[in-house]
Amino acid sequence: MLLNIKNLHVEIDGKEIIKGLNLGVNQGEVHAIMGPNGTGKSTLAAAITGREGYEITAGEIWFKGTNIVDMEPDERANLGIFLSFQYPVEIPGVSMTNFMRTAINAKREYQGLPPVPAGEFLKMMEEKKNLVEIHSKLTNRSVNEGFSGGEKKRNEIFQMAMLEPSLAILDETDSGLDIDALKVVAKGVNQLKSGENAFVIITHYQRLLDYIVPDFVHVLFDGKIVKTGGKNLALELEAKGYEWIKEQHLFEA
Amino acid sequence: MEVQQNDNILEQVTTSDYKYGFYTDIENDMAPPGLNEDIVRFISAKKEEPEWMLEFRLKAFRHWQNLSEPGWAHIQYPKINYQDIIYYAAPKKKSLASLDEVDPELLDTFNKLGISLEEQKMLSGVAVDAVIDSVSVKTTFQDTLAKHGIIFCSFSEAVREHPELVKKYMGSVVPYTDNYFAALNSAVFSDGSFCFIPAGVRCPLELSTYFRINAANTGQFERTLIVAESGSYVSYMEGCTAPQRDENQLHAAIVEIVAMDHAEVKYSTVQNWYPGDKEGKGGVYNFVTKRGLCKGRSSKISWTQVETGSSITWKYPSCVLMGDNSVGEFYSVAVTNNFQQADTGTKMIHIGKNTRSTVISKGISAGRSNNAYRGLVKILPGAVNARNFSQCDSLLLGDQCGAHTFPYIEAKNETSIVEHEATTSKISEDQLFYCNQRGIDTEKAIGLIVNGYAKEVLNKLPMEFAVEAQKLLAITLEGSVG
Amino acid sequence: MSGSRSNICLKLSMKTKETTQFQDLESLLTAQFEQHSERIAEGDTPAMKSLRMKHFEAFKAVGFPDSSHEKWRFTDIESALNQDFCHELSASRSDRNIEELFRCEVHNFRSEIISVLNGWYHSENGPLFTNEDGVIYGSVKAAKIAYPELFDARYGHLAHGTANSFVNLNTAMVQDGVFIYVPKGVEASRTLQIIKMIDRDENVFVQNRQLIILEEGSKLSLMHCDDSINHHTSLVNTVTEVFVGKNAHFELYKLQNLNDASGLINNTFISQEAGSNVRTNTLTFNCGMIRNNIEVALNGPGAHADVLGLYLMDKQQHVDNQIRILHNAAHCTSNELFKGILDDEATAVFNGYIYVKRDAQKTNAYQNNKNILLKPTARINTMPFLEIYADDVKCSHGATIGQLDQEAMFYLRSRGISQSNARLLLMYAFAADVINMINIEGLKSRIDDMVKKRLRGELSVCEKCVLHCGTPEKEYHFDIDLSKL
Repeated sequence: MLLNIKNLHVEIDGKEIIKGLNLGVNQGEVHAIMGPNGTGKSTLAAAITGREGYEITAGEIWFKGTNIVDMEPDERANLGIFLSFQYPVEIPGVSMTNFMRTAINAKREYQGLPPVPAGEFLKMMEEKKNLVEIHSKLTNRSVNEGFSGGEKKRNEIFQMAMLEPSLAILDETDSGLDIDALKVVAKGVNQLKSGENAFVIITHYQRLLDYIVPDFVHVLFDGKIVKTGGKNLALELEAKGYEWIKEQHLFEA
Repeated sequence: MEVQQNDNILEQVTTSDYKYGFYTDIENDMAPPGLNEDIVRFISAKKEEPEWMLEFRLKAFRHWQNLSEPGWAHIQYPKINYQDIIYYAAPKKKSLASLDEVDPELLDTFNKLGISLEEQKMLSGVAVDAVIDSVSVKTTFQDTLAKHGIIFCSFSEAVREHPELVKKYMGSVVPYTDNYFAALNSAVFSDGSFCFIPAGVRCPLELSTYFRINAANTGQFERTLIVAESGSYVSYMEGCTAPQRDENQLHAAIVEIVAMDHAEVKYSTVQNWYPGDKEGKGGVYNFVTKRGLCKGRSSKISWTQVETGSSITWKYPSCVLMGDNSVGEFYSVAVTNNFQQADTGTKMIHIGKNTRSTVISKGISAGRSNNAYRGLVKILPGAVNARNFSQCDSLLLGDQCGAHTFPYIEAKNETSIVEHEATTSKISEDQLFYCNQRGIDTEKAIGLIVNGYAKEVLNKLPMEFAVEAQKLLAITLEGSVG
Repeated sequence: MSGSRSNICLKLSMKTKETTQFQDLESLLTAQFEQHSERIAEGDTPAMKSLRMKHFEAFKAVGFPDSSHEKWRFTDIESALNQDFCHELSASRSDRNIEELFRCEVHNFRSEIISVLNGWYHSENGPLFTNEDGVIYGSVKAAKIAYPELFDARYGHLAHGTANSFVNLNTAMVQDGVFIYVPKGVEASRTLQIIKMIDRDENVFVQNRQLIILEEGSKLSLMHCDDSINHHTSLVNTVTEVFVGKNAHFELYKLQNLNDASGLINNTFISQEAGSNVRTNTLTFNCGMIRNNIEVALNGPGAHADVLGLYLMDKQQHVDNQIRILHNAAHCTSNELFKGILDDEATAVFNGYIYVKRDAQKTNAYQNNKNILLKPTARINTMPFLEIYADDVKCSHGATIGQLDQEAMFYLRSRGISQSNARLLLMYAFAADVINMINIEGLKSRIDDMVKKRLRGELSVCEKCVLHCGTPEKEYHFDIDLSKL
């Protein structure tokens, strides 16, 4: 199993947000995590990637056979975990090219490989840019600085393409995107999908799942996965809303 | 190209400590420690100077004796005993006609510095004047420059060969009465560079001076004088290093620039004197007076500095905008770490009509250091339509350091517009996490973000310097991650 | 008129008749103190007495500053001091009708008036009074006898350093002033208004003191007017200490409106505890030489301070604002904005100073000074300083010097507005940022009026007040809606 989360409990400022979550993801799978606002979807992404301030009070996160809960965020990234941020961060003065090259070489260093030669790197940039239909001029600008919302999200997918992670977590990548941008993002993800990697797509709405078809859909409620199903579950949620899940969950509890 | 550079820079981050801290065993000709009129005479005699030069030195010395050390800057250091310092130290072998005659030890020094004179000559087309301790040891490319009528030589040589020019301009921008350290320098300066660009000539090469303090207990007191005649252009670079020593060393230099009508002088500095160790022991006191006079109409003087070294920096490269429509610029990155202290900035004195000045300063403080921007913008009554824009930002890394901004603005003309902006911030945790998530560790991420922060200034440096400067930023901040 | 006075007033004359030897004001004042210290210290607690001595010794040792002093480089304090003065040792009496003198009617603005004549407390409610809200106020002279513990615990505790000569002199020699105490949880429903009048037929040097204490959770808005009534030279040296307790709210509006021969040295120290909120607004309309030293110390987390000022100077007037904001605790915010318009040969100095102490994390501090010069002879020196020792902070500052926007001028004129009206409009719009920060509606509209008058070059005084030298002005209307600017 690529990712195996066992009985995960996460606190922010002493308040428990994730309350005993279990999730297993195999290579080649696409998992969608859905749920109403404030149920812990983004917290889950932060806990997997090791964001500061998200304290894991109990449970384990196994990735490629290692429990990663004590690892630094950059080590987890180099191990193959990628997060497409809900709100990509601006870094003034640091060009995209420079940023990407530093990231790729950090990963190569981690793998014991020499830095990527300049020519090869630039070729790779060109290829991946086409994949997400990103303008050349964007990669000459500072990281995310002055990018529109859609450009920022496409830039996240571009970085994913460059870094070729084994596990990509897409945190609300569809929020703030118009339908054309959504299609471009989905196209990029579908082209990157292989039998070797896996995707966890965090989303509030079903519409992204029209374009990236999930193998499993999980409903997160009150810090736990309360329901798991196939892609039809997403359609059911779209039609019926989350209320029935809440009622069912509360009833069971 | 950019990709390549940054890559190298980040590799440099992993090497530790001050890498220029070696000491070269060169035989030195030294004066006994201490300062009195006899020492001043000794220096002058050693340099076989004409009478007028000695008179200038003695006047400066007598004036200095009546001054007291300034105390207004935001810096603290134990009292300097001016009688403990050696005011003259020169590598013994002198007067070299070709590189073959240069002391092999000295050549080795340059190689360690990464400035093989020969290589510089061949590859980069940069003309270099190297000053070790007090004496200018080698000026390259003199012949090529001579074809354009450009004079680029050691200050001593200029005193001998071009006395009329030296007499006319020396002290015309920074008089010996200017301040305590300027008076001291005027009395005991040992050598330096002189540069004269004739009217209408665009200097085909980047001119460059490397300064190195080598001998123990010595002070370095060099002087640079640049004169740009009407319509000329020159870009001048200055670099410096010193060995690692436990005691503090004093560096008190003077740089004077004169720009005539439509002339333009670009002066770039990468200052990397030994900053002292992690406990704050040792390091260079860098007390420097740098000033440019935009004498002619539409003249322009631009200062760019990257300050990473010295235990204490006290310097305010300034522009006196006398000619109508003249332009002054100041771009600065000052990084302090461990126990370093910097009090640096600029003075823009607007005298002529339609004069313009721009000040961009980026201060980065880490460790237990203190980093202050101090600047004066003065608009005199005749400076009709004068404009100034200043932006002074500070970045704090760690909670034991200080970042300070002390701008002084004096306006005496109602048609002037002066704007000053400043912000103080730290690297956001979001930015660090974003980099971490892409696999970049925190130290590298800080290097990346700091270089991005300083980019506006680094872009103003000539290419050769920009690469070195970026490396230095990363090295200086090493180990500053809490 | 002066014949009817029975108070003791000591002449501080530079040239004595007996000798041609020049005597400076310093030695005259120290001699006066030494001779009359019993009388000056009357009613002091032992602690206050020793405080006086400490500051007296400091004053004696250092004396007055001069222009070689870094903090006085741009303000000519020497000529302000180089005059003959009278220094009163007992309360002034005025032949004018005091009630009439202090009558101050502002539409929509209910205030309770505390009057101070030549530095001496004067009120029809007697030396100590508790108003219907429970706010206690009175003279410093009476309060120190009534509340000795309070004075021992607070008086001189903010103005404690001996580096400031004028604070030294004041603490050594001051005899009276205003005391205000707002007990825990008391919210004053009416603005208190201190009106300080100078009225004497000779030059007078006045020491004056305020001690203001707001206990936890209390609320007070205070207006503080400095006015002069005649053309004589006066020099007023005021020290104000304000203690703002936990979660207390304090607003201070200072109106400085003295004649061109007057000098005002105003030292205000404010200390804020956790969660407190302070707004000071220093409005300088007229005065020969004015120096405002304002220090606000944010000593508890969650405190906020707005420190604002507006100065409109002309002729040869001079204003010097020295503002220190000390962020001594984490999670505090401050906002400093000073704006000035300088006409004729007026000069202004602004020195803002934000200090962020080590560990005062999450500080958010903003400082701005904006100036307009109207004439080639007007001068401004501005020094917006930051000194920061904590890393997790947001501090920014700015300073600008400029003129009225010529494009805006043209735009207004192209809409048919006269040049002079367009000028007024733009100046008014420039000043509006500060005026809009006045929370009390009635006061805001009055100050608004005063600013408009001042900008037209008229005396900006209250309509019903005897102080105004002309007839009440009619309401002034601009041609277009200002809110659209």
